[in-house]
Amino acid sequence: MKTTLCDLSTLAATVPDGAKVAVPADRSGVAMTFTRELVRRRVRDLHLVCVPVSGLQAEVMIGAGLVATLETSAVTLDEFGPAPRFVAAVREGAIKLLDATCPAIHAALQAGQKGIPFIPLRGLIGTDVLANRPDWKVIDNPFHTGDPIVVLPAIRPDFALFHAPLADRYGNVFIGRSRELMTMAHAAHRTLVTVEEVSDVDLMRDPDRAPGVIPSIYITALAEAPRGAWPLQLADAYGIDEAALLQYVEAAQTARGFERWIAEWLAPAASEKALA
Amino acid sequence: MDRGVACAGSVRESLGVTVSYSSAELLIAVVARLLDGCRHVVTGAASPIPGAAALLAREMSGGALRVSLLGSLRNSSFTNGGVELFDLAAQGRIDAFFLGGGQIDGEANINLVGVGGYPKSEVRWPGSFGSSYLYFLVPRVILFREEHSRRVLVPKVDFISAPGGSPAGVYRPGGPFKLVTGRALFGFDRVRRRFRLESVHPGHTVEEIIENTGFDFDRPEHVPVTPPPPPEVLHLLRARVRQSVAEVYPRFAAALPQ
Repeated sequence: MKTTLCDLSTLAATVPDGAKVAVPADRSGVAMTFTRELVRRRVRDLHLVCVPVSGLQAEVMIGAGLVATLETSAVTLDEFGPAPRFVAAVREGAIKLLDATCPAIHAALQAGQKGIPFIPLRGLIGTDVLANRPDWKVIDNPFHTGDPIVVLPAIRPDFALFHAPLADRYGNVFIGRSRELMTMAHAAHRTLVTVEEVSDVDLMRDPDRAPGVIPSIYITALAEAPRGAWPLQLADAYGIDEAALLQYVEAAQTARGFERWIAEWLAPAASEKALA
Repeated sequence: MDRGVACAGSVRESLGVTVSYSSAELLIAVVARLLDGCRHVVTGAASPIPGAAALLAREMSGGALRVSLLGSLRNSSFTNGGVELFDLAAQGRIDAFFLGGGQIDGEANINLVGVGGYPKSEVRWPGSFGSSYLYFLVPRVILFREEHSRRVLVPKVDFISAPGGSPAGVYRPGGPFKLVTGRALFGFDRVRRRFRLESVHPGHTVEEIIENTGFDFDRPEHVPVTPPPPPEVLHLLRARVRQSVAEVYPRFAAALPQ
């Protein structure tokens, strides 16, 4: 199927309530402008898979009531402190938690990309992470008895969702060093991408770039969104907007402050701020 | 524990000049010594002191030590995305890593998830990150937590993100090696599953350590004082390490003495 080049609201409209959505960690290219469209639509009951952790994106989606199930190894705003709406949602029992560990999410997606039902992983035995994951099992190594090992079911997200620096008009997407985006796209049934810009030059023909390109076969649809990770960073393009993060953290300490922040974020002026 | 430039002690240079050092510099030097003999050291998210210590250890090794800081482009050996760190660990290509914890107990179990029930926790921390895996696989896991209090060092953790020990038969080449806090350095005996107080940082006392530790630990009759960083180490730290750690931790580097 051919990749569709579309606008942001069309892209966001393709995510239905209840979808299983995989998103990357803050430094790998988070589609924040796209997330704003999902919040505007108030998509519900999402199963959010953070690859392997999340920050502002999960925090905002949880606060806005989009998330029913959270599968992650951590949610943190790093040096800006704890994620207040995540912490509040856990305290209230508002979301179902599937606590994981980073390599488990990576490995389960790798199983998804290989089209195999499960994958073994070292570690985990004796942790309360494993004890709280009835979907994970311990088996005896079939090649060496007396070697218990954890097996994880493959993750096949309905959607992979991220932001990248560049795509071409054929639907190929350049991700550079952020290789986990490749795994996400391989494992997901559909991949929706926003990019800083769309080029006329075929990225697959550039030998320096091609190894860092997700071919269009995996890309369902993409939209242009300049500064589409704002207020988060995009590696090699722009840094995190510290003032905006500090402002968020202050606002999100209360549910009411968070709602005010959301209202401002959804207002048309916010997109101009992102581009400033 | 104050991370700033406040003087934590001083050392005498050869010409009789006294150089003072901050508490952060002391901890960086303490941790760097624990990395002696390693080939590849990795530090995880939000780890400025371990990051600086790894870079200092590289300087002290004459560049023989390979250092990978998560989040760094200049000090990183990874090109295969987020999964590479974990693959390297499982293959035995990482000798030392750092873990912390909202709670650490006397058997070196660590809790990065929260307290007051699960999954509905009264206090929720970010989550286990890679700890539930890396603790099993990296030979020298250094537990690092500046706050040394009964709130952190507890008799038993509320949630085991990663256990200090495993039953026989569980594949476990890695595990706890040392515990470094703002007040002291402990070793860990993996057979007896107990910490042993190795030294107390300058300005602190054994009584104070006992008072502020929520679990029992072994200790020698005479507990030595943690040696302060020698002047040449402080020079390396200020001349070279401070600058390179600033790439990932600009605010932390700016607060270190020049």
